[in-house]
Amino acid sequence: MTILILTLFLFLSAAMAGLIGSLTGLGGGVVLIPLLTLVFKVDIHYAIGTSLISVIATSSGAAAAYVKEGITNIRLGMFLELATTIGAIAGAVLAAFVSTSLIAVIFGIILFISAMASFSHQEEKINNEPGGRIATKLRLNNSFPTEKGLQYYSVSNVAGGFFMMNIAGIISGLLGIGSGALKVIAMDRIMRIPFKVSTTTSNFMIGVTAAASAGIYLKRGYIDPGLSMPVVLGVLLGAYIGSKLLFRIRTKTLKIFFAIVILFLAAEMIYNGFTHRL
Amino acid sequence: MSMRKNKPGLADKDIELIMGNMLRYGVLLSAAIVLTGAVIFLWQHGTELPDYSKFSGEPKRLIEAGSIWHTAWEGRGRSIIQLGLLVLIATPIARIVFSIIGFIIEKDILYTLITLVVLFIIIFSLC
Repeated sequence: MTILILTLFLFLSAAMAGLIGSLTGLGGGVVLIPLLTLVFKVDIHYAIGTSLISVIATSSGAAAAYVKEGITNIRLGMFLELATTIGAIAGAVLAAFVSTSLIAVIFGIILFISAMASFSHQEEKINNEPGGRIATKLRLNNSFPTEKGLQYYSVSNVAGGFFMMNIAGIISGLLGIGSGALKVIAMDRIMRIPFKVSTTTSNFMIGVTAAASAGIYLKRGYIDPGLSMPVVLGVLLGAYIGSKLLFRIRTKTLKIFFAIVILFLAAEMIYNGFTHRL
Repeated sequence: MSMRKNKPGLADKDIELIMGNMLRYGVLLSAAIVLTGAVIFLWQHGTELPDYSKFSGEPKRLIEAGSIWHTAWEGRGRSIIQLGLLVLIATPIARIVFSIIGFIIEKDILYTLITLVVLFIIIFSLC
């Protein structure tokens, strides 16, 4: 396979990844890393470097559209970025000391957790109770537009969410993914923020988190231009299409469909990690 | 009282709009640079066989911002792609800077500080 053909394949796959990523709040890295390592036999260090770049592209590409729609909770995002950026640096430093097989296994486990979380969360409930003391002090309670006008919501368990975000940051730096799934879990389930707000706020945060580890990745030579080029261009196209679709797709169907894809990829990565094929 | 909302002021809306536009232009600029590099790279190396199965890192000209900048201006395809990636990495950082300005305009001291710390952490990682 020549460089030209590989570039074309990667471009098309990245466009799909960008589309899925922008629809679900997952950075697209969850699809790209298995694709690069399992299908194209790319070393996992190049794969996580490429993935990290795709994560920034998805985030910045889609966030432009979301911020304008007014669903992103910027204060919440900024506050939680304290946790994710510190974690991301720690994770990126850690990546040099962890074997590729172990990275593959950890990656698979993270995918598995993401899928399980999607399955177990059924109905969407807006948290209408008055927010806790910390949430109120930090002005995290907010509203978002719906068909029936503004929907107000409050934020619970800020400390728990912050801690989870720190883990999400470490995983992001270690694996070169946006950790969108963990971020959405932290906001969706722990802090009880509506799905549409947590998805877009997560997307808003992913780019910043990834930028914190990008410098370290670049210096280590994880970021290869030949792999990143088609991926960036593809992901941007996919994210653009995705940002046009968000309001039209039901979140439940979306979650279940993606959970199944993730489960399959998780099994593949864990198997290949244990058998030292990665 | 506890359900106090963040009523977006005029400045807030403006900042959000500017931020959205800036993100879009930043991403478009990055994509344009990457595409330019891609054409040169594929023209010169498109028919070669890639080998990414073993990690060997990248040459110095592709990992340091200064070297990337200089070699990109020499018209080298992969350096130009890396330059585009640097622009991409800069977009979320620019967003943080803009948020700081927004919070200052709103006289929100707490969030100005929080966002400054985030900026500091990222700059620390880039150095």
